[in-house]
Amino acid sequence: MAENTVAGGHHDDDVHRRDFLHIATASLFGVGVGAVAWPLVMQMNPAESVKALASIEVDLSPVEVGQVIKVLWQGKPVFIRRRTEEQIAQMEAVSVDALPDPQRDAERVQQSEWLVALGVCTHLGCVPVANSGDFQGWFCPCHGSHYDMSGRIRKGPAPKNLEIPPYQFVSETKILIG
Amino acid sequence: MDHQSKYEPTNGFTRWIDSRLPVVRMAHDSFIDYPTPVNLNYWWTFGGILTFCLVIMIVTGIVLAMHYTPHVDHAFDSVQHIRRDVQFGWLIQYVHANGASMFFLAVYIHMFRGLYYGSYKEPRELLWILGVVIFVLMMAAAFLGYVLPWGQMSFWAATVITNLFAAIPWVGEGIRTWLWGGFSVDNATLNRFFSLHYLVPFVIFAVVALHIWALHVPGNNNPKGIDPKGNQDMVPFHPYYTAKDGFALGLFLLLFATFVFYLPDALGHADNYIKADPLVTPEHIVPEWYFLPHYAILRAVPDKLMGVIAMFAAIAILFVLPWLDSSKVRSGRYRPLFQQFFILFVVACVALGWAGGQPAEGAALLVSRVGTIYYFAFFLIILPLLGVFETPREMPNSIAEPVLKKPDSPPELEPDSTGKPAPVPAE
Ligand code: HEM
Ligand code: FES
Repeated sequence: MAENTVAGGHHDDDVHRRDFLHIATASLFGVGVGAVAWPLVMQMNPAESVKALASIEVDLSPVEVGQVIKVLWQGKPVFIRRRTEEQIAQMEAVSVDALPDPQRDAERVQQSEWLVALGVCTHLGCVPVANSGDFQGWFCPCHGSHYDMSGRIRKGPAPKNLEIPPYQFVSETKILIG
Repeated sequence: MDHQSKYEPTNGFTRWIDSRLPVVRMAHDSFIDYPTPVNLNYWWTFGGILTFCLVIMIVTGIVLAMHYTPHVDHAFDSVQHIRRDVQFGWLIQYVHANGASMFFLAVYIHMFRGLYYGSYKEPRELLWILGVVIFVLMMAAAFLGYVLPWGQMSFWAATVITNLFAAIPWVGEGIRTWLWGGFSVDNATLNRFFSLHYLVPFVIFAVVALHIWALHVPGNNNPKGIDPKGNQDMVPFHPYYTAKDGFALGLFLLLFATFVFYLPDALGHADNYIKADPLVTPEHIVPEWYFLPHYAILRAVPDKLMGVIAMFAAIAILFVLPWLDSSKVRSGRYRPLFQQFFILFVVACVALGWAGGQPAEGAALLVSRVGTIYYFAFFLIILPLLGVFETPREMPNSIAEPVLKKPDSPPELEPDSTGKPAPVPAE
């Protein structure tokens, strides 16, 4: 049979049938490889137990006006800053057009007294230091990014403002992050 | 280069083996009776040194893995346990930690050697590319290994490097989460880094085998960059180069031992003796010295994504080097202009290394920008153009010719034994 189809090839039909078999075999092989690779790739993603730890509750009552605290959420620091009247006024007055990542202060807070932002520099992920830098918000020592009291990038290599994590006030003095 | 195997099995047993699996014959033909150019200088000893380094890293690494615990709560303490409690753990751990630096020192010298003598040119392109593959894998191994002691520098190096991938548009963040196995560098990350750190050196081992295979097809290049013309240009590898390589290895090990026994922490960072803390970034984070030039390139570019691209491009460009250099003359000895640009290139790489260790501002930032521009210009402008505009020096007809000439003949083309070209009279 092999001799017939390979060496002979006198029927056009045979050629087509052979092509079809080759393509079908290769496709099925491809699907098989993909099916085996998929679990091997996906196992690298966060495990269910890691995902289950995805939210935390923070009690805000001990935080003084003007103070910044850090809490750990999903392995990353979250900054919570209780801003003074003066700081709030200052941040609301900043002209948005001149910012590298334009955002009004109001878009970044739920209650203007409380700024909740991820403590992860949007450049390469270091933890910025509070109350330092040219804008007295945060300064990232790794490559020199300056953030303001609203966590907005003002100067340096970071492209974005500090990210705002999903959170909600569950009571006057308690928030749920995540 | 026609080379008949001269291996003669001496007894019945070796004859029996040889007719079934001629592995002894292969080793004999590759490392004993292997014909090698007569004129290889000491820059050619680093291949052997590198192989030795790889073996040292694998042996000490396997021993470390017997005592190390890849868990965020125990990793830091288990490395201290290795240093303080495990018998000879202090020795083995310091040999492994300093060995990574020695490995990179040797590989950089090896690569500059290849660059100067045109060892990447036809017919050795694949040999060079396999070398670059090894270099990339070494960088991966060293980065993964550096995370394992789980000190502050380990943690923040892992954070910064994995964040590089997040700069990729659209898919970047997904890739970063996938690399982490979580929402930050954490236990899942450490655990998989350990698994991969164990794996990569064995992959390197396999690529080294291909690299040597690719070397033994065209044979060694040599300081003159001309093909050996016959027996007067060749000597067997053993005993000539086993002796030379062995002597060089001895000197190299003296340096290695000086670091291990007298300056064991000189190449590391004090911050790595503080346990990883995701809430605090150290004041001044810098990578290990062997990554500083790449780090300088990353920071030389003000834009995040472009910086990441420039850094990876600086490595990727090495893959296409054989097709960027338009000159048919291999050895830098016969290329007067190339020599100048080459020296500048080495200076640029060292300057980038210096700048990478400084805070990215002022003079350091300027140096890293100028260095980055020269680095890319060397490959993309200078090498392609030089081959067109440069007039090479006259080359001898064979390796042995200048040596076999009568002693009273002018010494014009004979480089002295230090490997520096002798002054050449203008034509
Ligand atoms: C290409 C070869 C290798 C390189 C470049 C390399 C590099 C490194 C580096 C830079 C460190 C951090 C040491 C420190 O700063 O204290 C390290 C740690 C470690 N490596 Fe490797 N390594 C290699 C091969 C291996 C192999 C083959 C194994 C295992 C079989 C291994 C197991 C370990 C372990 C368990 C640690 C953690 C303990 C420690 O920090 O000393 N390594 N490696
Ligand atoms: S990580 Fe913050 S400036 Fe680079």
